[in-house]
Amino acid sequence: MGTLVEEILSRRVGRPVHAGDTVVAEVDAVMAHDVTGPLAIDAFRSLEMPIWNASRTVFSFDHVFPSNSVAASELHRRIREFAAEFGIRNLFAEGICHLVMVERGFIRPGGVVVGADSHSTTYGALGCFATGMGSTDIGVTMATGRSWFRVPETLRIEVTGKLARGVQAKDLALSVIHQLGAEGANYLAVEWGGPTVSAMGLSERLTLSNLSVDFGAKCGLCEVDAKTWEYLHLPDGGDLRPSQASYAEVLRVDVSDLEPQVSAPPAIENVRPLSELAGTRLDEVFIGSCANGRIEDMAIVAGMLEGRQVSPTTRTIIIPGTRTAYVQALERGYIDTFVRAGAVVMAAGCGPCLGRQHGTLGPGERALSTSMRNYPGRMGSPDAEIYLANPAVAAASALAGVIADPREEN
Amino acid sequence: MARVFRFGDGISTDAIMPGRYNLTTDPDALAKACFIENRPDFHETVRTGDVIVAGNNFGCGSSREHAPLSIKASGVSAVVARSFARIFYRNAVNLGLPVIRCADLYDAVQDGDEVVVDIDQGTIVANGRTFQGEAPSAVARRISEAGSLVELIKNHGWAAIEEVV
Repeated sequence: MGTLVEEILSRRVGRPVHAGDTVVAEVDAVMAHDVTGPLAIDAFRSLEMPIWNASRTVFSFDHVFPSNSVAASELHRRIREFAAEFGIRNLFAEGICHLVMVERGFIRPGGVVVGADSHSTTYGALGCFATGMGSTDIGVTMATGRSWFRVPETLRIEVTGKLARGVQAKDLALSVIHQLGAEGANYLAVEWGGPTVSAMGLSERLTLSNLSVDFGAKCGLCEVDAKTWEYLHLPDGGDLRPSQASYAEVLRVDVSDLEPQVSAPPAIENVRPLSELAGTRLDEVFIGSCANGRIEDMAIVAGMLEGRQVSPTTRTIIIPGTRTAYVQALERGYIDTFVRAGAVVMAAGCGPCLGRQHGTLGPGERALSTSMRNYPGRMGSPDAEIYLANPAVAAASALAGVIADPREEN
Repeated sequence: MARVFRFGDGISTDAIMPGRYNLTTDPDALAKACFIENRPDFHETVRTGDVIVAGNNFGCGSSREHAPLSIKASGVSAVVARSFARIFYRNAVNLGLPVIRCADLYDAVQDGDEVVVDIDQGTIVANGRTFQGEAPSAVARRISEAGSLVELIKNHGWAAIEEVV
């Protein structure tokens, strides 16, 4: 009974809980990556406690993998030594942590997962209460298997209408962020629902849940249906929906007339219709990230780059989010298409999204990215500009060398 | 007297600690990189006890704890903002960096003003006026009293939190 987050946390603690209550709850899994992991290990060691459960503790090498510096290698070495010492075998270097967590079966509908990365909200698409935390919280959970949560009030986003060709979940999320602002859902659970979300595939729902944190949400949940179980390759465990829920706010969105959206610098809520920004010269296009680095995103891009050449004045970087997506892209010929089109294809991981390795922007440069953050300095120089958009817009823009409309491609 | 370092709205953890500078866990190294691009003279000019005053959504974005850790290691005694991003606020409390939500202080001070902050009371005296910050939650207060989340859990376990909620 209640909102999705109330339902999930009530089941977990074995009694009805409501928005405003604070609970200490067990988690199903705890995750840190190569940059937040070492601080979590420091917190864990300070506790002088045994590890809670090595088989549910996950480290992902993705933010700076393969290492590009002695400093990064040192962080990796500390994580490997810690894992060896405590018998942790879930040490993955096969792509972006949030996508790997889903692929590797750590996420279950109705579950509770915490991660030392803000985009841990991504798992909400699978009906899992998941939230990002700092390293200290994660180190404490590695020792105790628990964390404390204030049960959040819920913002229900009820979506109707059919998305037009070239318009995707990313555009819906950006338009909502434009409407509500970058802290419009601060401390709230966001519940994405309505016929449009039900009609979406899981890849698109994952994009919605991923971007939920970028307007402040504690979690971004979608209802569980047959498609959810199918995506996880699990027997259908039944639907999970809110019932008799009391919402802090309900936002109704009709996407029928939505056009592709572009978030312009210097802040994510600075969202404009694509048509207003078309023609803006670009130095770089990045296609990938935990927002839009899945095989479905690669398929859209491959379909547009097939037999074409990207602009010689724009460097185009494409990164399938995980090794699995990379292999699928290989098998389907997408990688062949990308490379022949003149794009640079890099190893699965976070890539240029956070400016730490390859594709780093110089002062005055301008990039369009399918990632989710355009704070000054995010992808390199604080004097560079970052535009955010969906993969189809990114592919059209890579071909044109300027921000371009995919609906004008054949 | 503490001096005010005033920042605007939407200061992200990328602005506090860019992703190219946090490949370390050493607090002193992090302090040197605190606001390195947003306000390059910060490390050279900040003194122990100084106070950061900011607008809305301070600490938004990445969960990187290197951001509040670098502020704490810089000697900053408190961050007073109109509002904080959720993860940053929780990280700061966990680390023992005092954070106070206060709606009115931001418009009443300028960079370099001198202020007196009473962490326990959540009050700030600036330019002859006293400003009252919002009271922290019971859990946040309990963690702050212990000094850090690690100290609280190490010495008292989760019962320490369960008994205040």
